[in-house]
Amino acid sequence: MNIKRLLFVFATAMLAFVMPALAQDKVVTGKVTDSKDGTPLVGATVLVKGTTIGMSTDATGSFSFKVPASATTLVISSVSYTAKEVAIGTGSLSVQLDQANAALNEVVVIGYGSARKKDLTGSVVSISAKDFNKGAITTPEQLIAGKAAGVQITSNGGAPGAGSTIRIRGGASLNASNDPLIVVDGVPLSNNGISGQANPLSLINPNDIENFTILKDASATAIYGARGSNGVILITTKKGAKGTPKFTFSSQLAIQTPTKQVDVMSADQFKALVNKNGNAAQIALLGTANTNWQDQIYQTAIGTDNNFGVSGAIKNIPYRVSLGYLNQDGILKSGNLERTSLAINLSPKFFNDHLSVNLSVLGTSSKSKFANEGAIGAAVTFDPTKPVTSGNNRFGGYWEWLDPTSISGLKGLSPKNPVGILLQNDNRSKVQRSVGSAQIDYKLHFLPDLHVKMNASYDISHSEGTVKVTDSAASSYKRFQDAANVYKSGVSNNYKQDVSNTFLQLYLNYVKNFKSIDSRLDIMGGYEYNNYLTTNYNYADYSSDGTKRPNSDPNFAFDKPENTILSWFGRMNFTIQDKYIITATFRRDGSSRFSPSNRWGNFPSGAFAWKMKQEDFLKDVDVISDLKFRIGYGITGQQDGIGNYDYITNYFKSETTAQYPFGNTFYQMYRPAGYYANRKWEQTASFNVALDYGLFNNRVTGSIEYYNRKTTDLLNLITQPAGTNFSNQIVANVGDMENKGVEFSLNATPVRNKNLVWDFGFNITYNQNTITKLTISEDPNYPGNLYGGISGGTGNSILINSVGFPRGSFYAYQQVYDKAGNPIDNLFADRNRDGLVSDKDLYRYKNPDPKVFLGLNSNITYNKWNAGFVMRAHLDNYLYNNVASSTGTIRNVLNPLNFLSNGSTDVLATNFSGNGSQYYLSDYYIQNASFLRMDNIYVGYNFGKIFHDKANLRLGANVQNAFVITKYKGTDPEINGGIDNNFYPRPRTYALSLNLDF
Amino acid sequence: MKHNFFKKLMVIGFAAGTLVSCSKKLDLTPTNGTTAAIVYSTPLGYTQAMAKVYGSFALTGNTGPAGNGDVQGIDEGTSDFYRLYWKAQELSTDEAVVAWGDPGIQDFHKMNWTSDNPMLKGLYYRSYYQITLCNDFINQASDANLSSRGISGADADKIKKFRAEARFLRAYQYAVLMDLFGPVPMATEKDPLGSFLPPQAKRSEVFSYVESELKAIEAELVDAKANEYGRADKAAAWSLLSRIYLNAAVYTGTPKYTEAATYAKKVIDAGYTLVANYPWLMRADNDLNTNEFIFSIRYDGLKTQGYGGTTFLCHASLGGSQNAGDYGLDFAWGGIRTTKNLPALFPDVTGAKDKRAQFYTSGQSLDINDLTSFKDGYAITKFINKTRAGANGTNQTFVDIDMPLFRLGEVYLNYAEAVLRGSTVGDKATAITYINNLRVRAYGNTTGNVADIDLNFILDERARELYWEGFRRTDLVRFGKFVESSYLWPWKGGVKDGTSVGDFRKLFPIPSSDVSSNVNLKQNPGY
Repeated sequence: MNIKRLLFVFATAMLAFVMPALAQDKVVTGKVTDSKDGTPLVGATVLVKGTTIGMSTDATGSFSFKVPASATTLVISSVSYTAKEVAIGTGSLSVQLDQANAALNEVVVIGYGSARKKDLTGSVVSISAKDFNKGAITTPEQLIAGKAAGVQITSNGGAPGAGSTIRIRGGASLNASNDPLIVVDGVPLSNNGISGQANPLSLINPNDIENFTILKDASATAIYGARGSNGVILITTKKGAKGTPKFTFSSQLAIQTPTKQVDVMSADQFKALVNKNGNAAQIALLGTANTNWQDQIYQTAIGTDNNFGVSGAIKNIPYRVSLGYLNQDGILKSGNLERTSLAINLSPKFFNDHLSVNLSVLGTSSKSKFANEGAIGAAVTFDPTKPVTSGNNRFGGYWEWLDPTSISGLKGLSPKNPVGILLQNDNRSKVQRSVGSAQIDYKLHFLPDLHVKMNASYDISHSEGTVKVTDSAASSYKRFQDAANVYKSGVSNNYKQDVSNTFLQLYLNYVKNFKSIDSRLDIMGGYEYNNYLTTNYNYADYSSDGTKRPNSDPNFAFDKPENTILSWFGRMNFTIQDKYIITATFRRDGSSRFSPSNRWGNFPSGAFAWKMKQEDFLKDVDVISDLKFRIGYGITGQQDGIGNYDYITNYFKSETTAQYPFGNTFYQMYRPAGYYANRKWEQTASFNVALDYGLFNNRVTGSIEYYNRKTTDLLNLITQPAGTNFSNQIVANVGDMENKGVEFSLNATPVRNKNLVWDFGFNITYNQNTITKLTISEDPNYPGNLYGGISGGTGNSILINSVGFPRGSFYAYQQVYDKAGNPIDNLFADRNRDGLVSDKDLYRYKNPDPKVFLGLNSNITYNKWNAGFVMRAHLDNYLYNNVASSTGTIRNVLNPLNFLSNGSTDVLATNFSGNGSQYYLSDYYIQNASFLRMDNIYVGYNFGKIFHDKANLRLGANVQNAFVITKYKGTDPEINGGIDNNFYPRPRTYALSLNLDF
Repeated sequence: MKHNFFKKLMVIGFAAGTLVSCSKKLDLTPTNGTTAAIVYSTPLGYTQAMAKVYGSFALTGNTGPAGNGDVQGIDEGTSDFYRLYWKAQELSTDEAVVAWGDPGIQDFHKMNWTSDNPMLKGLYYRSYYQITLCNDFINQASDANLSSRGISGADADKIKKFRAEARFLRAYQYAVLMDLFGPVPMATEKDPLGSFLPPQAKRSEVFSYVESELKAIEAELVDAKANEYGRADKAAAWSLLSRIYLNAAVYTGTPKYTEAATYAKKVIDAGYTLVANYPWLMRADNDLNTNEFIFSIRYDGLKTQGYGGTTFLCHASLGGSQNAGDYGLDFAWGGIRTTKNLPALFPDVTGAKDKRAQFYTSGQSLDINDLTSFKDGYAITKFINKTRAGANGTNQTFVDIDMPLFRLGEVYLNYAEAVLRGSTVGDKATAITYINNLRVRAYGNTTGNVADIDLNFILDERARELYWEGFRRTDLVRFGKFVESSYLWPWKGGVKDGTSVGDFRKLFPIPSSDVSSNVNLKQNPGY
């Protein structure tokens, strides 16, 4: 503020001083606004045509400066707006700039360079800050949820800072990773988690992000070769801009409330059930209280998010510095996330702009207190006739199931008090992370068409955490005996991790216009080194009084998993007559995860685009303002999500609790690890064909795309022939899978006038996934690879990968129903008609992935008001309701181990006994989870200039997760992985925000 | 000047880049892992590798009790060898039922298991896991490897003993596979690891292999009773020979009762004697029972922790109104009981006469209406995590009781049965003496002694002496009473009063996962 005022005073003084000398000059004044919504454009450049005389608009979009008397025309330009020339007349000028709608002139980051959006040949979606989702968003990927076709972003739960599962075109793998590669300012992040952090991406402050670019098809991602199969998300952070310092301040208050609870029996329903079905001993276990345990563990949570940023230039060095502070409580009591972030960006240029340097550092310090999510399941099952507190001091005063004959005084395997689980547990972490890069772009003096680019970057983090459980807590009461055979209680443990990833990219870029043939050549080639190194520290196990559990010392103080990728890459873009564009890319990657003979993989791609609008036959068709046809093919790879060292046998020494004695001497054992010498890249060949369109002067724009992706040599956890390896299952390259789909997107501005602008966006994706090969020898009797462990029984799995079916189909018994439509207890269809219901009668029924998913958003700006919403829908996706299957039985309520447990009200409908094991796998529990979710409803008011025109103020209010329309019976229909069990419920969030620019 | 400087800088930058491109950057090794060459460079390394070969009996992985398992695709706690072997051998018979709903577990008693049964799959892969460890060890301990690694003298002799023991353990596992699954894939130390598809051997070929291996190592093994406790000796090989010869008619169609009696006698003559008190067999300090135990799987509450073996047997057999503390345990798992057929073999269920009758009946019903209710069927108290003197084991979750795979009691019964079935070696009078040795211990005096014995008596006596020790299915198959209608028990074949099942169920199916990974394999008929 002071600097600005000083500058203002200084400028005014200067002006007064030079005024007489320029007597014949004239003054032009005016204001630049957005033609769409009338918002003032801050920092727009206003120049006298053909000169360098001019200035940037101020915080109110206004300008006023002296021009020579001879000046007749001003050129007004602003980033992402179409520049405009206006005649200098008399009086104040009012200039409305059109957003470079269809954003076709927008420059898009495409990985190792950038391209004009209109020149793109691949499937690339760019979403910039103005289109981000609004509201209390703590983690970057949620900024773009629902905004792009083919991109599915599902948060992993409602915990503060929880991560998301991102799938681009359904992912390409089975057992290797399906996560896209995320690149922040050229730094390819590791897919590995950071300990002590629910979501590593949440260590990047969403407020520092300028743009997301999503590369979807192989012609776009093949430049990332071995890591391009699942798509690539490029995140660009905000940079400084020349001009007077601009300050931004935003503040947000979020109030989160729990929404739907698991539908469990009330105390009265519970008593009735026990009285009806229990024996005398079980009825005697009933209490007299009436406790809703879910009410006891959830709370209304408050969060604040404050960000302050300044950008400008010091001595021609543009800078941006921002500071953020987030503090968010969880709706599960005791959880909290506190994040302080600092982002610094410097982008100086030297030697007449021949050398551009971009230095960027993101630093975050985050403190988390993780609520014990075990309380979620406990609150579902804990007996509602019991009070929270027992009235005495045992176990911290919490009511627990007691058994005076047992060592701990607690009933064996009995559930523990949910409030005790929550409040007697203290799990805290502190994580510091920094991502930094130094990017150098040197335009050779003797050959300015050639750029030499270098990017040296790092991603480091340090995590430390403690897990403490008080010694009175039932959950860990008398959990071990020390060396003197004294029982010890509680927990006091530590964890620590260091991540140190380093990156170096070097590449050359040559751009040449061939005027004679009206063509443009853009060639890029280079080299890259990525090293991912983590150090995990190991600690012994301690009771809360600090006594070490015998034999808990780790074998090794730390472990350092590491992997390296070396790459050579190149790209050529050839544009002919601004009509035909040919792109070819090539990448050669070497990964330390494979044996020397399989280490290197080649990943080529090619694409062609035809700007049809440029052709004569369309030039005069006014309705069509833009039309481009694109076709591309490429091969990408995958090597994430597998072991680092599996190509040779390594021997690992067993822990001290796993020793074997000969005579009286115990030996730690040397175990050879399973290995697979021939493991190599998984390869995905993708074909993409698309049409980009713009209609009615680009008031309607969008794309329609078809893709087909075939993954071969799947990194697939397959069974090894018995007797041939040290592991009976190992990730090998066996199997094929296919994804195909159609994406359609449409962005329209149905109304645009001086007072009212209505924007509307819609995208829909259809994706079909089929496994086409899974095993070495095709055995029709082999059902497939089971996975997806569920709660209930030991070792039950509900999901299967089978040939001819989508990845992760449910594998279930077919429930038999009575005439009234009620399921009959333990009666399932004998599908193979062999006279008995066995696991040979399991069948594949539905799957968790939506066949179709949609995003819909709308924004209306009316004068100073704006309002809008973002909705998402998934269709034909199913969930296994594990809460109902594991708790909705009589056996669960009347536990044979002499305690009572509450459960899903489903038991009242089914009266399932819970005897046997097959009912867990009944298709009755596989429920349609199609949904429509109102992600965000918002309203904002732009006050415009305040504080004597010095600042601009906007206020906003929004509701996130406003409502969900679904038939699904559990708490939330949108759960990654297809199994609904103890899901941390997504809260409804009410947020108020304030933005001040000055 | 400046231009030149930057040009130079760029050249240096690229040169640096090219340097790091050196492919050696891609040769990474685990920080805490080590290679075979290092492990097998010292005698201690051999011992620790051998500890894994043995330890894969008792432990399910590298971290006790669980967390880093050996066998994939099955719950680690369930993946224990003896726990799975016990289920296959006992739950499928009149001796045991289970209350739980783990996938596939009820199939055993209902006798409707399929080739997808996860427990059978876990057992099969556990056996092959140990076989693969044995093959690797035998290779690493070859004479050539020992000499090339400079190991000689007493160290080399000790490792050669280990090598013979690894061959014994492999023979044991092939005998188990032959008994359960019949014709199975054969992989030996001569086959390469990794990309190799083992051929399927006929059941009789597996028999010949096991027989020849045991005979081949007989001379190399340590003398009977002369090895460290927990390691196999000559008597272990003889006991296994006696066992497979007794069942040879089942495995090959050719009886070998003379050989069964011969090898049983070799064991008996090696100087073994019965433990004085039958209940002491399965107590926390049963490592004292070296006079009777020929070869045992060893467990330790602190250092050898897992959820299988005797930890499973102790916890799972506890439930109903039993107090966990009385059995040296933290709490009950409420799982396994017996059908009425077993108590019916004893003169009374209280154990007042025959002390081998160790039942818990309070609150338990003799009849079983509901397999999944722990209170249906008598509980069994054979396994107690307390010492002979009544002190608790070292840990109340992980028990100290060792599990004998071979003990003198069985060998006596093998001898007697072989004689009754026509062995040309041995005589009935000696057989009766051996049987009465067992009965004197059981009754505490001679009141339970018998004057004559027949085959039906042997089958019943085997149940009384060896129940819940993993013999029952093999015994019933040998006696033609496993699938047949001539002998029924509650819920046999899934019917409350019991029913016969298809003859093919004398063999378990080869897991479908292996049939689909190994083109050489043919599934057993009926599956």
